[in-house]
Amino acid sequence: MGPYAKEEHLACVIARLLGGARHAAIGASSPIPATGAFLHQQKDRTFRVSLQQRRAANPFTEGSRELFDLAGQGRIDTFFLGGAQIDGAAAINLVRADGKRFPGSFGSAFMYPMVPGTILFREEHSRRTLVPKVEFVSARGDPRALLTGKALFSWQKDKRRFRLESIHDASLEEIAENTGFAYDVSSRVGKTKPPSEEELALLRGPVAKLVAADYPDFAKRVWGM
Amino acid sequence: MTARVFPTVAELPSNRTAFLQDAEAIAAGIPDGALLALPPDYSLVAMEVVRALIRRKAKNLRLLGVPILGMSADLLIGASCVAEVETSAVSLGEAGLAPRFTEAVERGLLKVKDATCPAILNGLQATEKGVPYMPLAGIAASDLVKERGDWKVQDDLVLVPAIKPDVALFHARWADEAGNVWVGRRRELATAAHASRMCLVSFEENKPGDMLEDELLAPGVISSIYVTATAHAPRGAWPLGVPGVYGVDDTHLSQYAKAARTREGFQRYLEEWVLTPRKSTSPA
Repeated sequence: MGPYAKEEHLACVIARLLGGARHAAIGASSPIPATGAFLHQQKDRTFRVSLQQRRAANPFTEGSRELFDLAGQGRIDTFFLGGAQIDGAAAINLVRADGKRFPGSFGSAFMYPMVPGTILFREEHSRRTLVPKVEFVSARGDPRALLTGKALFSWQKDKRRFRLESIHDASLEEIAENTGFAYDVSSRVGKTKPPSEEELALLRGPVAKLVAADYPDFAKRVWGM
Repeated sequence: MTARVFPTVAELPSNRTAFLQDAEAIAAGIPDGALLALPPDYSLVAMEVVRALIRRKAKNLRLLGVPILGMSADLLIGASCVAEVETSAVSLGEAGLAPRFTEAVERGLLKVKDATCPAILNGLQATEKGVPYMPLAGIAASDLVKERGDWKVQDDLVLVPAIKPDVALFHARWADEAGNVWVGRRRELATAAHASRMCLVSFEENKPGDMLEDELLAPGVISSIYVTATAHAPRGAWPLGVPGVYGVDDTHLSQYAKAARTREGFQRYLEEWVLTPRKSTSPA
C-alpha cells in the first residue's frame, strides 16, 4: 500500500463506481460508502447523498418510511448493502449463519431489488463471508458491483455470475483461496488504481469534514481529526 | 400547596390525555404480554420507562421494532421481560451486536418474527387507514416471505397484514397542557401512535399552553387524540439522545455493549444502572 489508508482507497473505488448516479442513500454504520459518496459529490455537485441515520440535519422529515417510499418511486439510484454472507448469485444474508445470529435484514429485502445501483460492500474477504450459497436469503438483486477489502467484482446480470475486475493488494491466487463462490476473471484484470493526488486532497479536506460530522470515530481513526 | 394526585393508566378516563406522575406510572400501565411498539435507538426511546419495566419485572412482552430495535430491546430481553420480537433488526449500531438479543436467539430462548423495515411500516399504515393489509413491492424473493405465514404473495406484491400494537411507547421532547407531544421529524412515532390501542409517552420538558396553536411547532406534534398518557421524565431517553437537547452517550453505549457480552456483566449493569433508580436517572 502507498501513503494512504486502506479506507481511503476503498472510498475512491466507490466514488469511481458512481459516475452517472444521481442520489445515494446511505444506511446505518457505513462510513466508507459515505466517504466514497461524498468524494463523488465533490466532482459532481448535482449528486445527492442522503444519510438515513444522520443525528443532526437528517434529510428525512416523514420518519423512516420516507427512505423506502423514495426507493419505491425510483428516486434513489444508489444504495450500499453488506452481509454476514454474500453468495455467487449475489444474494445476501443478514440473519443467521453457522449457528450465529446476526442483527436482521433491515430494509435490504426491499432496497436491494428496488434500487438499480446497489453496491455490495463487505471489507472482510474470506470463505466465511463469500460463500457458494447463503444460508438465508435476506435479499436478492442485481448489484452494480461487489467491493471487498481485497478486490472489486462486477456483476454479469445475464450470466448471474460475478467477474473479478481488479485486485487492491493481493495475488490472483489469494483471491481464489479466499473466495467461496465461483466467478469469472476479466481479461483485463489488474491492480485496482490507487488514489490520485487530487482524490487524496479532496478526501483529507472537504470530505473528511463531512464524514466526521456523522462518523467521528472513523474520522479520528483515518484522518486523526 | 396540596400534592397533585396522578391516576394510574387503568383509571384513565377515555378520550383524554392523562398526566401521570412519572416513568414508573407509565410502566405500571403496560400489561404483561402486551404487543409493545418501540422505536430505534435514533428515534426518541423512552429509556427511563424501559428501565421501570425491568424494575416492575414485566413479563412476556412482545416487542415490535418500528422498524428496528436497539438498546431498549436488548435490556428488556436480557432482563427476561420478553417472549417474542417482531423486527427488521436488533443492533447497537456503531457499538456492535446487541449481545443479549444475540445470545437469547442462539440459545433458542427468544422467538423472532424476522421482518424488513418497509413491511413493518406498511403493516402499521394499514392499521392507520383501517384496512386489513398493505401491499409491498420488491421483497418476494426474500426468504423472509417463506418464514412469514402471515404475509401473502400476490403476483409481484406481498400483502402485509395490519399490525395493531397494544401500546406505542416513546419519549417526546415536549408535552403541553393539552396533552399534545412534540417529536419533530421522527414521524415513525406518529405512525406507531396512530396504529396502537394505547400510546404512552414520557417527555423531556413541559410546554405551557397548546402547541397546535403554534404554526412552527404544530408539524412536529402528535395530537392528543392519540396520546393516552404522558409523564415527565427528564433525561428520560438517556443513554440515547433527544436531538437538540442532549446527544447519544456513545461512551456509555460502548460500555454497555462490552458489559452485556456475558450474563454476569449484564447483571452487574442492571444492578448499577437500572435497578437503582436514582443513579440511572442522574448519569455522570
